[in-house]
Amino acid sequence: MVFVLFGISVLVFLIFFATPGADPAARIAGHNATPEMLAAVRHDFGFDRPMPVQYALMMKRLFISQDLTSFVNRGEAVIPEIMAGAPITLSLVAGAAVLWVIGGIAIGVAAALTRGGITDRALMIAGLIGVSMPVFWVGEVANLLTQSRLHHSWLFSWVPPLGYTALSEDPFLWFKTLLIPWASLALLYMGLYGRVLRASLIEAYQEDFIRTARAKGLSETRILLRHALRTSLITFVSLFGLDFGALVGGGALLTEVVFGLQGVGKLTFDALQNLDLPVIMATVMYSSFFVVGANAAVDVAYALLDPRVRYKRG
Amino acid sequence: MAETTPVLEIRDLCIDFRTQHGVARAVEKLSFSIGAREILGLVGESGSGKTISMLASVGLINDPNAMISGSIRYKGRELIGLSGRALRHVRGREIAMIFQDPMTAMTPVHSIGWQIVEQIQAHEAISWKAAKLRAIDLLGMMGMPSPATQFDRYPHQLSGGLRQRAMIAMALSCDPSLLIADEPTTALDVTVQAQILALLEKLRRDFNSSIILITHDMGVVAQIADRVMVMYAGRLVERGTTQDVFAHPGHPYTQGLLAAIPPIEGPKPRRLAAIPGTPPSPGAMPPGCPFEPRCVLRFAACDERPKLMPRGAQDVACFLPASAAP
Repeated sequence: MVFVLFGISVLVFLIFFATPGADPAARIAGHNATPEMLAAVRHDFGFDRPMPVQYALMMKRLFISQDLTSFVNRGEAVIPEIMAGAPITLSLVAGAAVLWVIGGIAIGVAAALTRGGITDRALMIAGLIGVSMPVFWVGEVANLLTQSRLHHSWLFSWVPPLGYTALSEDPFLWFKTLLIPWASLALLYMGLYGRVLRASLIEAYQEDFIRTARAKGLSETRILLRHALRTSLITFVSLFGLDFGALVGGGALLTEVVFGLQGVGKLTFDALQNLDLPVIMATVMYSSFFVVGANAAVDVAYALLDPRVRYKRG
Repeated sequence: MAETTPVLEIRDLCIDFRTQHGVARAVEKLSFSIGAREILGLVGESGSGKTISMLASVGLINDPNAMISGSIRYKGRELIGLSGRALRHVRGREIAMIFQDPMTAMTPVHSIGWQIVEQIQAHEAISWKAAKLRAIDLLGMMGMPSPATQFDRYPHQLSGGLRQRAMIAMALSCDPSLLIADEPTTALDVTVQAQILALLEKLRRDFNSSIILITHDMGVVAQIADRVMVMYAGRLVERGTTQDVFAHPGHPYTQGLLAAIPPIEGPKPRRLAAIPGTPPSPGAMPPGCPFEPRCVLRFAACDERPKLMPRGAQDVACFLPASAAP
């Protein structure tokens, strides 16, 4: 894991500094900077030192002294910013995950059971639409409806203005502000997960052990839950772990931007616009941490769900 | 149990499938019955309809394109047309089934003990603990070494023979009166095969079960079956006691099957005898005897479809006079 993080950090660093035409000093100094000013900036930020030294310094300030500051807003420490953004992102993604897992399982099961029927087709088309709709568009439409057009109707008058309230401050308001973002984000994944689960269930239903389960005289519900769904869950969980990790790591960027949530994604988004290396570096490290962590969690879940994996290692 | 009522009685069972090219008949007018404590061998090559007719008899055909007609009586009770719920109580409890490949026939993510307990609890109000004790007991009776340890093991951790024993233990967990064994020994090697057959023989003795043994292996039939039925292209072509059928097979197809058994004594033949050709597909059945295109003894009468008629001690669906049979 440390190795992966190291590799990623070197890569981000190199992309930033070693890409031709992307002189950070020139960006910071501005358009009409004199050569003297440029040199001064370069020295000030330490860009005139050898690359490995710069890298080592940045890593030291990021991980050891933890006082890395932004290039753009000088003096603003990066780590507290991420610490402030993380709970927001986590609230957004966790809530959406609950919705999309429940929705995905419901869609997948309903579609697999009515395979080839009207319900199946309708759900699959709806799922496809959900997958195809970009989240920033869904979010904008949702905002348009709930914040302005229909805000005063009975349906959406409860929706609070955009922003974020900490769970510890006002749990109910927290829930209300996040409900619409949750739904928009979940919509995308729900369709995808429904489709994946449907395919996996249909495959499971063709297995011999389903016939055995029927021959045992089990009820259809039990066959579905304890045999078909249980075996299909393995694919589902691995997919979920990876998506969840990526989203917590800042992948929900567009949703955060659209709904004005100051999460890690929004932070990355702003940093990318300003080419603010310390912030980019920190957010990338943070997100890799979650992606790698999610991978490890998926492996553990695999072993719990599938005895075949469990004993091959032991 | 009244000796007069057969355990399972099938009359005029027809199974048709709607396909793109019209209706294909997979099983035509199958009739037979099996009595208490009887082992019935159902023989035929792949696609002859033996498995599907047995699946149909416990309502395990889920294909919406399948049409099943006729009568299937279990201890005098009609099963065709029974509701799913009522049929579920018959399945597993009264009629149990074991399948060919025990690797894929058990759910890989549950331990074998869990799966046996599941079946017991599906049919009886019994505590998990009591069900577990019974399962361990059964595993022991099936000749599993240290059954209490095996209880917690997963299908992939067992050898093929042990898995098949676990399957049989599961099938017997609710003390069914009829066991349908679909090629139970095909996926196993010969020594294990012999053990499983001995086990089936023991079941009849200890559990009073009737057994329908589906197989394509004449050797297996000869070992344990009381009576044999030979199926070809969805039709019953010969029926009789094992002794009679093996001593003087009436149908050319049965003769072909028997000739294909490699001899144990004497010089090894350069090639095993084989029946030329392949069976007709259900969609393109010849108008006459379905075996006619492959039969070496065909004659003019074979353009019509033969009925199953008594000949000597057995029933044969063939126009050949008894004297022509070897």
